[in-house]
Amino acid sequence: MTQGAHSFSVERGLNAWREEIDAPVAAFFSSCVHCGLCAQACPFFVETGDPKYTPIHKLEPMRLLWEQEFTLWGKLKKTVKDRVDAQLGRAPKPLITDEMLEEWEPLLYDSCSMCGRCSMVCPVGNDIHYMIRKAREGMVASGHSPEGLVAASVRAVNTGSPMGLQWKTLDVQIKHVETATGLEVPIDKQGAEYLVLLSSMEIINFPEYLEAITKIFDHAGVSWTLSKTCFEATNAGIQIGSKDIAATLVQRVVDAAEQLQVKNVISPECGHAYTAIRWEGPNAIKRAYPFKVYHIIEVLDQLRADGRIKTEGKEMDRLSMHDPCNLARKSGVVQQQRSLMDLVASNFVDLKEHGEFQWCCGAGGGVSSNERAEPLKLAAFKRKKAQIEEVEPERMVTMCATCRTQLEEGLEEFNMDIPVVGLTEIIADHLVEKEVENKKAEES
Amino acid sequence: MTPMDFLLLTKGPLFSLAIAIFALGILIRLFEIFALGRAHNYAAARGNEVIPGLKTMYRRFNPDPGTFKRSTFDVVVGTLWHVGFVIALLMFIPHIELIKSTLGVSWPGLPNPVVDAVTAITLLGLVAVLIHRLTHPVKRFLSTPQDYLIWAVTFLPVLTGYLAYHRLINPYPLALGLHIFTVEIFLIVLPFTKLTHIFTAFVARYYNGAIFGRKGIQS
Amino acid sequence: MATSKTLGESLRQHGVSRRGFLKFCAATASMMALPPSMAPAIAQALEKARRPSVIWLSFQECTGCTESLTRSFSPTVENLIFDVISLDYHHTLQAAAGDAAEHAREQAMNTNAGEYLVVVDGSLPGPNANPGYSTIAGISNYDMLMDTIDGAAAVVAVGTCAAFGGLPKADPNPTGAVSVQDLVKDKPVINVSGCPPVPMVITGVLAQFLTFGTLPELDEYGRPRAFFGQSIHDRCYRRPFYDKGKFAESFDDEGAKAGWCLYRLGCKGPMTYNACATMKWNGGASWPVEAGYPCLGCSEPDFWDAGGFYKALSVPTGSPGDVLLTAGAVGAAVGVGAGLMSRNQGKQAAKHHDKVTADQLEEKL
Repeated sequence: MTQGAHSFSVERGLNAWREEIDAPVAAFFSSCVHCGLCAQACPFFVETGDPKYTPIHKLEPMRLLWEQEFTLWGKLKKTVKDRVDAQLGRAPKPLITDEMLEEWEPLLYDSCSMCGRCSMVCPVGNDIHYMIRKAREGMVASGHSPEGLVAASVRAVNTGSPMGLQWKTLDVQIKHVETATGLEVPIDKQGAEYLVLLSSMEIINFPEYLEAITKIFDHAGVSWTLSKTCFEATNAGIQIGSKDIAATLVQRVVDAAEQLQVKNVISPECGHAYTAIRWEGPNAIKRAYPFKVYHIIEVLDQLRADGRIKTEGKEMDRLSMHDPCNLARKSGVVQQQRSLMDLVASNFVDLKEHGEFQWCCGAGGGVSSNERAEPLKLAAFKRKKAQIEEVEPERMVTMCATCRTQLEEGLEEFNMDIPVVGLTEIIADHLVEKEVENKKAEES
Repeated sequence: MTPMDFLLLTKGPLFSLAIAIFALGILIRLFEIFALGRAHNYAAARGNEVIPGLKTMYRRFNPDPGTFKRSTFDVVVGTLWHVGFVIALLMFIPHIELIKSTLGVSWPGLPNPVVDAVTAITLLGLVAVLIHRLTHPVKRFLSTPQDYLIWAVTFLPVLTGYLAYHRLINPYPLALGLHIFTVEIFLIVLPFTKLTHIFTAFVARYYNGAIFGRKGIQS
Repeated sequence: MATSKTLGESLRQHGVSRRGFLKFCAATASMMALPPSMAPAIAQALEKARRPSVIWLSFQECTGCTESLTRSFSPTVENLIFDVISLDYHHTLQAAAGDAAEHAREQAMNTNAGEYLVVVDGSLPGPNANPGYSTIAGISNYDMLMDTIDGAAAVVAVGTCAAFGGLPKADPNPTGAVSVQDLVKDKPVINVSGCPPVPMVITGVLAQFLTFGTLPELDEYGRPRAFFGQSIHDRCYRRPFYDKGKFAESFDDEGAKAGWCLYRLGCKGPMTYNACATMKWNGGASWPVEAGYPCLGCSEPDFWDAGGFYKALSVPTGSPGDVLLTAGAVGAAVGVGAGLMSRNQGKQAAKHHDKVTADQLEEKL
């Protein structure tokens, strides 16, 4: 590999954008009338009031490229401009410079969690987050991506986990879960129905998740397995915005699933991991999967619907729920978590804007891996905080480790004593114990 | 040039020229978009694309309650003048006659006093959105000269139409000629500016609805 | 010449009653947008007015304007007024012919130098056109006009041909016809347009000249604002149907029978300024729109060329439907071409795709 050919440059970035610009992008750029309504949908703008955080503005460099190279009118304008420059004997001014991309880097990464809320409100129908995702491809290729995300991507590719977590760490936890539950955690079980993936953040911060699914799957009689070669569900490539990195990481999941010949792959309580494997993965590796992909919440709700989960007792305190953007708005999983809540909560209240119109916690889209974005991340959280204050819950429930961490840290920052729990754990807590169930069966 | 010469110029050759540039330009823009296409999507779909796409084309006329609350002015005034513009354009009898002679289709119009009132509201709405654009921090920040240009080319036909109807410009051939002339400017400018949103917004909405719809969300 | 008799004496001699005369004065006052209290003043002034000398020049015309003025079905004050001016030269009406006729014109010019009125009907070949298209007694229209207006107090261009060129000037204007105001720059020109003009408008202008010795206030086209101040459309009795959106679609449909608006049949009322809707024709019997016929816009410049008589005012004169189709087809083809070029650009970019690897990223850290 020659150093020059592979170094990041503006030209390489523009080339990436040329690959990304498609009919929807052209339709979106053709339609924006600068009404600014997207700003009102963006937690980063709403909580800072800085107009530069208006979502569509974050795409200005890519729009310039589209206009100049993907419209006949833009090409004509360029020809005229070049002629004039030649006549005056001056060098043509480059359309997009390194400085410009540097200026836009924080706009595209630090102040955007790719939550997609702007895409829901744009009156002309622009799917802005669809374009942000594409714009990040060019940012990576031009060398303008945040250090935190670059480091996470490198670690993910080189170690298998964006946090550098090793199997042996997980192994310790597995042993711990097995001791605590008296159940076996299946590993590399050929032909299992489900391959369960985890996220590093979960393994480190929320070990209760693994215990919860072990219990639930045992209760419901689900055949499942972990894979030693690939336990990580998250995909730093999606967050930094590189199809290449994403493909490398997704390929590991596909290889593991194919090797174990599982029918389904379960993405953990993590938002972006789900969209990465469910929606982007097949396109990154350019083929359809021979298996299906589910978020754990989808699986649990299906088990509930099939009557395979039996619960007893309900949480009595006032619970509310944060929908992860990736799960609800960006993947269409909205009703499932509510059906599960009904199973175990007697005093559940939804946030006023929820489901496809929920507000982002502020940490998604790689913002949480980008140290530089800390202040913005906290600022954006204020929108969520306001939403929580509106309904005054005693606890918050969610189903994404990143959201959960952000909620916990944010609520602590504002001295709000509201614990945050994962939905899977609550379900596990209310399972009818096996012996009791068996006894009941005998009695009848 | 007499006012009648001017009117005949605008009703004749200039109109043909404007409509030619408009048709040529807008179809280039639209086909340029469609020809780019979309990459094949390998991910298993959760939902349909076409129906949610079509639904979103309509749904974006009705903003969600949150957006309505946060951007009440934009929603109310924006809707008001857009609807007013369309009513004045499509429901005024002389306009219907023009469309009938050009496209061969026609429909019943609205009584003139109604169209007149709607036009007045549209004019006020357009002035209000200009002031809003000049004062609202986000709008002012985003606005480029083109945004003000398209405001002007949209405002002028409505204004001249209103003035002609009320005979506030004399002689009448001059008033009518000016109205038609400003419409011609609008038609000529349209394909080369973001006025294309009149057509492409529906394409954009369709794609938005289709992209979300495939994932099981009605956007 | 009997120029010594006052108008009042002349009218009484013709048997016009005092009452009929005052009625005419009141109508004149209202037409000139004067308050009714001015009627006696008009009457007084008219009674004392001396008969002015009028020279009537007929060029490229059809005599319709003279017909309009003279062919009233019963004697009215209007045509009596016409009788009592001293019409010293008028082709159609005068008895003299040939040299004698021309002599009468010259004599009137000499006797009343600086005071006589020149009335013109018909357009005339312009100074650069072949003068042979219209001559009188071997004199080109152009020469006769310029010669006659020299000592005139004012010029009244009667009819749309004289006022704006009218039919002779209509496309392709083979005779190079021009209007009076195109040529007369140093004398007041009053345009009394219409094809033909409403008779009372002609007499009204003369009445004002006789009454006040002044010329009426004129609009942008040099027409007396008192008569041409409002459009046919604004004073049309069918206007409520226009406002309600009720239109005749053909000349014999139910709408036409019900007297609905004729806009869709090509009525040019909205762009036409004239007094037809208020004064009507033939002694107030009717007028074109009342007879079920769309206004042609005959009192407006270039009305012959203003699109078809039966095409609605807002309808373009070309064939925009064909233009739309042709340009649209070309646009679609060019658009597909341009789009495919752009698409190819994307494909080329994909070919040049430089895979991002962890190693490359690591170098950045």
